[in-house]
This record gives sequence, C-alpha cells and structure tokens, in this order.
Amino acid sequence: MSANAIALWYLLASVLFILALKGLSHPLTARRGNRFGIFGMTIAVLVTLAITRRVDFAIGALAIGGIIGYLVAKRVEMTQMPELVAGMHSLVGLAAVLIAMAVVSNPSAFGIPEPLPTGNRVELFLGTFVGMMTFSGSIIAFGKLAGLGKQFRLFSSAPVVFPGQQLTNLVIALVMLALGVMFVIARPGGEWVPFLLMTGIAFVLGILIIIPIGGADMPVVISMLNSYSGWAASGIGFSLNNPLLIVAGSLVGSSGAILSYIMCKAMNRSFFSVILGGFGGAEGATAGSAEQKSVRSGSPDDVAFLLGNAESVIIVPGYGLAVARAQHAVKEMAQKLISKGVNVRYAIHPVAGRMPGHMNVLLAEAEVPYDQVFEMEDINGDFGTADIAFVLGANDVVNPLAEEKGSPIYGMPILEAHKARTVLVNKRSMASGYAGIDNPLFYLDKTMMVFGDAKKVVEDIVKAIE
Amino acid sequence: MHGVVVDPIITNLTVFVLAIFVGYHVVWTVTPALHTPLMSVTNAISSVIVVGAILASGPGPFNGGSVLGTIAVALVAINTFGGFLVTERMLEMFKKKEPAKRDAGRKEDGVKK
Repeated sequence: MSANAIALWYLLASVLFILALKGLSHPLTARRGNRFGIFGMTIAVLVTLAITRRVDFAIGALAIGGIIGYLVAKRVEMTQMPELVAGMHSLVGLAAVLIAMAVVSNPSAFGIPEPLPTGNRVELFLGTFVGMMTFSGSIIAFGKLAGLGKQFRLFSSAPVVFPGQQLTNLVIALVMLALGVMFVIARPGGEWVPFLLMTGIAFVLGILIIIPIGGADMPVVISMLNSYSGWAASGIGFSLNNPLLIVAGSLVGSSGAILSYIMCKAMNRSFFSVILGGFGGAEGATAGSAEQKSVRSGSPDDVAFLLGNAESVIIVPGYGLAVARAQHAVKEMAQKLISKGVNVRYAIHPVAGRMPGHMNVLLAEAEVPYDQVFEMEDINGDFGTADIAFVLGANDVVNPLAEEKGSPIYGMPILEAHKARTVLVNKRSMASGYAGIDNPLFYLDKTMMVFGDAKKVVEDIVKAIE
Repeated sequence: MHGVVVDPIITNLTVFVLAIFVGYHVVWTVTPALHTPLMSVTNAISSVIVVGAILASGPGPFNGGSVLGTIAVALVAINTFGGFLVTERMLEMFKKKEPAKRDAGRKEDGVKK
C-alpha cells in the first residue's frame, strides 16, 4: 500500500470518527453514529495491520483484549459506568506510555531516524507524561468511584489533603519538566535515564493531582481525564507523524474539555478550584443547625394520595436514587400515575449522577421514555405551574440558597423545585448534601418529607396508588 | 529544508489545531442526555492509539519494543471493543421508542374515561 493510499484511508477513518460524535446530537441518530465509529476503527486497524511487517503478535493481542473488552462491556452495570470509563482512560494512558517507550527503544521501526531528532523527543516527552498522568490519575479516580476507600486510603472519596500539597505538586512538576529537558538534549544512548525518571515522576504526579479532589467533583475529574487521554493519543500521533491519531486525539481532548467546562458551570465552581481540591466530603458540617427547625414529614400513603390527585408532577432524581437502585420502582410509579391521567416528567440537573449524563442513562435503563426526561433549562420554567415536585435523593441541586447572595453555593444553577405548588422530598435522613450546607427547601410549609430508603419508599407508594 | 518543504511538525500542528475546532463545534451539538455515551464513545475513539501499538508490535525483528507494543495492543484493545460495545448497549436503551408511544396511548385512554 502506498503512503498516499494509507493517508487517504486514515482520512476516511477520521471523518467517520467525527460523524460518530455528530450522531450523538439526538438519541435517534446516535446508534448510526456509533456504527460510523466502529467502521472507522475497523478501517484504521485493518490498514495498519496491512502495513505492519509482523502481525501475529498484534492479532493475538487484539483477540485477548477484544475478549476482555467484550466481557466487560456486556457485564458492567449502568451504575458502574463512571468506574468503567475511568478504568478505560487509564488503559489509553498506559498504552501511550508503552508506545512512546517502544519508539525510544527502536525509532527506525516507526520510520523515525536514529538518533531521535529533537522535535520527536519533545513530542515523546509530552505524550509520555500526559499518558502517564492519565494512567495513574484514572486509577485513583477508578478507586474513588468504585468506593475502594476503605481498602486503600488513597482511594478515599473524601479529599486527601496534607500541608504544602500544592507546593509539593509544583516542585514535582518542575522536576519532571527538568527531566524532560534532559531527555530532549540527552546524547544518543543517554536518553533512557531521564526518560524513565520523568515517567516515574509523572506517575506520582497523576496520583497527587487526583487524591485531593472530593467525591462531589468526580464528574469534573472524569471529564478531565477523558480530555487527557485524548491529548495523550494526539501526542503519540505527533511522534509517529500519524494524522489519524492527531485528529482522533484532538476530538476526544476537546470533548473532555467541554464536558469539564459544562460540569464546572453546573456546580458553579471554577476549574482551578476543582483541581486544587479539598471540596466535598465534608458532610454534616452544618447539619447540627437543622434540628431547631421543624419539618413536616409524611408516609408513603400520604404521598400516593397527593400524587394521585395531582395534574402534573415533576420528578427530580438525584444520585441517591441510583444508589438505592430505585429507578425501576420510580418508573413503575410514573407509569401508574400516567395511566391515571397525571402528566409526569423528569427534571435532570447536569450533575445528577457521578458523570455527565449519568442519570439519563440510568433512567433509560429503567425504560423511562426519553421524551419524558427534560434537561434543566427546558423544564425550569414549568415548576411554577406544576402541582408537585417530587425530589428523590437529590439535595444541593434543588437548594434555593443558590439564589441568595452570600451563600456558599450562590450562583449555582438549580432546579427550581421550590416553585411547585407542593414539594415532596425523599431522603434517608436530614444530613446535608455534598456541599455540606443546609437546605431551606425542606422547611417550607408546602414541603413534605418522606424519610427512608428511596427504593422502599417508592415501592410503598406504588402499592398505595390504587 | 529547501525552503519549499514544510516540516512535518507544522503539518501535524495544522491538523491538530483544525481538529480541535471541529471537535469543539461537534461536541457542543451533543445533547446533554447523551453525555455518558459521548464519554464512552470518545474513549473508544481514543483507543485508535492501537494503530501506534500495532506498528510498535511488529517491526519485524523481535525486540523489547515489540514486546511493549504487543502489551499496548492488548490493553487498548479492551477499549476498542469494550468502548464501542458498551456505547451500543447504552444507546440501545435510548432507542426504545415503543413504550413511549404505548404510554401516550394509555394516557389518552385514561383521559377519555
């Protein structure tokens, strides 16, 4: 195959990847988009196999990885998607590092002259350190998301902070840069020491950057690592002079960056404050003051009565709902209400869940039709005319304090559940949310609290709706 | 080099910058409801790095580089297959349009009665 033919095949694959992302603009075109992506990847792999001198190892490795990937994709629970995605980011990062090492050990295999030219070294350095930080950072993110904090303290979902943390990170980053420079200017044969040291330090830095970030900020972290894994692929594309890797990497990199931005915006936090960490996990900090105020609480039967007599109900699901695995029960409840002529809709806050769009997937899994599910901007205006807002396992995202100046969450966009005629809230207890602040919504005269496990409560409501 | 040949780094940079713009504009059109599938499919797409891994695995003579390359192929193939498959699985859930229509029908029945 001529170099031009290869380049044209790679161009076709790049276009197919762009179409894959484009398809996600609507649920109806999304599957076709995914097929484009698969098609593009098939072309890329086949063309590469065709130009590789020895393919037996590669095909064997593809088969092994493919089988593992198949099994994982079939078995993973939808609640575990954040862990899966974090784990996959780490694999891309590690692969980038391994490829960079292979290039350093044998540049001629990639058509790169020996000794390595300076430009290639800079690219290899960038690809390797971004790849390594993606690898170790994603492992920490995976541990935090999978709740392995009890087994291993670094995986704690509470921020791990120590004095001088940011200074330490800065010093380590500078040492890494210095080693990178040494690698770039090293004499032939002397590349390995600075290269391996730099790789090791990037590994440590990846860990240190993620441990201070609390559980509430995980949607940002996972998007950020998504972005990194793309940049790592791009970096390798530069070293190998491969436009396909550069294009695919930049698509992924910008996608992750946009998602990080959207998540930060939805939490009203600046990207830097998330990175610096220390936020979240301080649960119950001000929960003590809650006891003085009185709340009205009711039973599932009361809720069923109110819901049955309402004309329009907006359900606000939060992560607590997913933790309790109550999605199916909620769908059943909605189904029953709809059959009684009640207009039931779902309102989704961008950070409802552990990763962007997580709650939508969880509801889709419970077979909630997506045309009943609305994004915050589309439904916020309708709370005022709704009879009931039913908040299930959500807290900070419906906290009206966000509209009051001086509150710690001032400016955070919220679902305006407090504007509904009646507000029903299911929570396990009066404990505060991730932001650690009290929620005045719970003390309104029109609010009724239903305490208990979301699944149990909703199942009881389903039974009580006649 | 001769004043007419552009250094490949510049060509790569051109591709890189333009691809970021394309990515930026395409990703903003993605509906927020599909942000999780977006992450899993971008994950699968970033596994195109498997191209580099395959090249690393088979330069001909067997050496340290080809071992590293082979390991990289196996690791990233998990993403290639797993990423697209799990995306397909999720999108399958969003596809189910039939229950929605049935619900709408049932709702109308309820109103009529």
